Amino acid sequence: MVNEGLNKPGVDIPEEMQNQVAITTLDRIYNWSRSKSLWPMMFGLACCAIEMMITASSRFDFSRFGMEVMRPSPRQADVMLVSGTVTKKMIPQIVRLYNQMPEPRYVLAMGACASGGGPFKEGYNVVSGVDKFIPVDIYVPGCPPTPQALLHGLITLTKKIETEKLSEAEWYRKDFEEEIPVPILGPDLIDPRNFERIKQVSREQLEAKVLDESISTEDTL
Amino acid sequence: MSDPILVSTIPDFHILYPENVHQDERPGYTGFIVQSPFLLEFAKAIRDDWGYDFLTSVTAVDFFPETFEVVYHLFRSLGGGVLTFKVVLPRENPKIDSLYNIFPGSELQEREVYDMYGIVFVNHPDLRRILLWEGFAGWPLRKDWKEAYFEEESKPFSSRWPNGEAVRSESANPFHANLKYPPGFDPEKWIPDGEDALYMGLKQPENSDGMNTDYMIVNLGPQHPSTHGVFRMAALVDGETVVDLKPVVGYLHRNHEKIGERNTYLQNMPFTDRIDYINAMSNNFGYALAVEKLMGIKPPERAEYIRVIMAELSRIQSHFMVTGFLLNDLGAFFTPALYALKERELILDIFEEVSGSRMMCNYFRFGGLARDLPEGVLKKIHDLAFNRLPRKIDEMDELLTENEIVTARCKGIGILSAERAIALSAVGPILRASGVPYDIRRADPYSIYDRFDFDVIVRYHGDIYDRYLVRIEEMRESARILQQAIKQIPEGPIFEGKSQYQVKVPPGESYGRVEGPRGELGFYVVSNGQPNPVRYHIRAPSFINLTGLQEMCRNEKIADAVAILGSIDIVLGEVDR
Repeated sequence: MVNEGLNKPGVDIPEEMQNQVAITTLDRIYNWSRSKSLWPMMFGLACCAIEMMITASSRFDFSRFGMEVMRPSPRQADVMLVSGTVTKKMIPQIVRLYNQMPEPRYVLAMGACASGGGPFKEGYNVVSGVDKFIPVDIYVPGCPPTPQALLHGLITLTKKIETEKLSEAEWYRKDFEEEIPVPILGPDLIDPRNFERIKQVSREQLEAKVLDESISTEDTL
Repeated sequence: MSDPILVSTIPDFHILYPENVHQDERPGYTGFIVQSPFLLEFAKAIRDDWGYDFLTSVTAVDFFPETFEVVYHLFRSLGGGVLTFKVVLPRENPKIDSLYNIFPGSELQEREVYDMYGIVFVNHPDLRRILLWEGFAGWPLRKDWKEAYFEEESKPFSSRWPNGEAVRSESANPFHANLKYPPGFDPEKWIPDGEDALYMGLKQPENSDGMNTDYMIVNLGPQHPSTHGVFRMAALVDGETVVDLKPVVGYLHRNHEKIGERNTYLQNMPFTDRIDYINAMSNNFGYALAVEKLMGIKPPERAEYIRVIMAELSRIQSHFMVTGFLLNDLGAFFTPALYALKERELILDIFEEVSGSRMMCNYFRFGGLARDLPEGVLKKIHDLAFNRLPRKIDEMDELLTENEIVTARCKGIGILSAERAIALSAVGPILRASGVPYDIRRADPYSIYDRFDFDVIVRYHGDIYDRYLVRIEEMRESARILQQAIKQIPEGPIFEGKSQYQVKVPPGESYGRVEGPRGELGFYVVSNGQPNPVRYHIRAPSFINLTGLQEMCRNEKIADAVAILGSIDIVLGEVDR
């Protein structure tokens, strides 16, 4: 069997050697081997985690795509399935887990909540999508997505990996920022990248409030 | 012959204690209003003299702008209906005595009320925020507290599409995110409240053996393969032995109750699916019962039967899953779970066929069901109930029950005695494995459960092994109920009256409870006649079962704490809501 994904097209290999020799580029072999053995992190958040486990179990069985090893440790995983509602209380841990994953790493936002807040978006403890903090590669819609949908998302991820180039991969660049600053739990969630904006807005709010109060006291006088 | 004692009658407490207890006379309300200084005495009296030994739910209602009401629901562990009483508190500086010393099961629930309303429980042993974190600004369930994405008091919002364009919640917020800070807040000066209070709460024992051992704090979770989601335990260990342990929850707090108060009654139905996401049907059932009680309607016969069939199928698939994942926690990684999930899939197929979704069924309506059974489904359920499921339950039983590792790891571990189980408000298989034959389907029958012949499964050791056995036996009983229901199910309509988006719910309160796979699942709904509930509270069985975790884990090995947690069977969506 000739491996279409591995061989560089346009290079003729003699027929008798086709199963023993492959002529390929570094990019191709690198992407081919990575996309065929993605190790998801065993990490469930909410309802979607149940469908994720079903996808791992015998009926849907994503080990057919080289993903049979689910690792609870972020150090040994290369795709993070964010399977469920991301809450403000949980996001510091999620960012920390993401930071601990070795590159190249991918994030799949599973379901409506992880993609954009979903049915719980208006809730005071819900982050409107995990992409507010960590970069997401694939969004899988659904509430929860069926195992078929998740499989489709994972296959799409492998396709994305196959188009990557070593020379352009961001994690080999010099200016690559490895760590995403971990959010802080304050009176509300504080993103360390947003200090200035928070300061500015809350100062304006304070001024508006003082102004409001002075107007209302004038009224009563 | 003397008069038989009716466990179902509620004594006239307002006549017994005329000074301090009054009947709640508002239309639609039941129960009693207790004067705040009399609370402890009253609680002691009803427990010791009147047999109301089981405090099932503690919650509060905000009657903005007048008062807070703390609402208690109790029942007798012998059976019978629910006793409701309330304590009225002022909105300024609300304080109330903690019931912890009389009903230890109130511990986590009082913390939740404190977290949501800022009501201080005096003499509570560990009053910290539970679902949110220390330092969070405001008390979210107070009616005058507005979330960052606040639009209007109630749904449906006036327009989602002003001028023909969709408005995103982000665009209205100055941070373009779900954020809101107190005016004048400076993030650079903020010192996060550490977790000292949590760790200081872990008690070191008296040094009795004369050895100077060091204690260590071990955190399991929130990301841990054996915590069934985002649960966290902080354990103080001496070597490998757990000295003290505290559950830390709230990592999946999705604000069901705040959102539920904005939603219309029917809009809450799909949200109930996501509370306990492993068995949506039972949640639908409990909520439908609560609202139907308020509306004073009953579904037609056929709908009742379909409801029971769905709830029992749901129980079987949930128990399958728990049994599989308990074995995961014992170290048999994934193989037993695969056996269990295989059967679960067959049941999910039925759910998908009747409701359109595998997990989030949204199938029940007030006064009936969303749609009738499609053709051929009853045949499938028949095959499952009479043939496949009993066979597979036996297979599971055969493979696991006598298994040497299962018996070695489970027998005698995590013991909860009957008295402590009642005191700690444990419900469901935990309570029944401790020797208390309490099953709401028998003790306070709802729907048509009084027509079926089934046994309430009881075991007496109160350890992990008995909890496992109770679940296996309960699956058999559920199959028995299914067999009877399939034989008896009549033809007919599945909905009473005309289906409508906006139901009219008269003012009042109601507490609907069902026996879910994890125990008593209750919905407390307060209505003021508007299209939205004033209060929508979920009495989550697995959250309240966690109250006993500390006691079950003390003096066990840290590895067994994982197994004990597996035997409690928590679902984080329900714990954190």
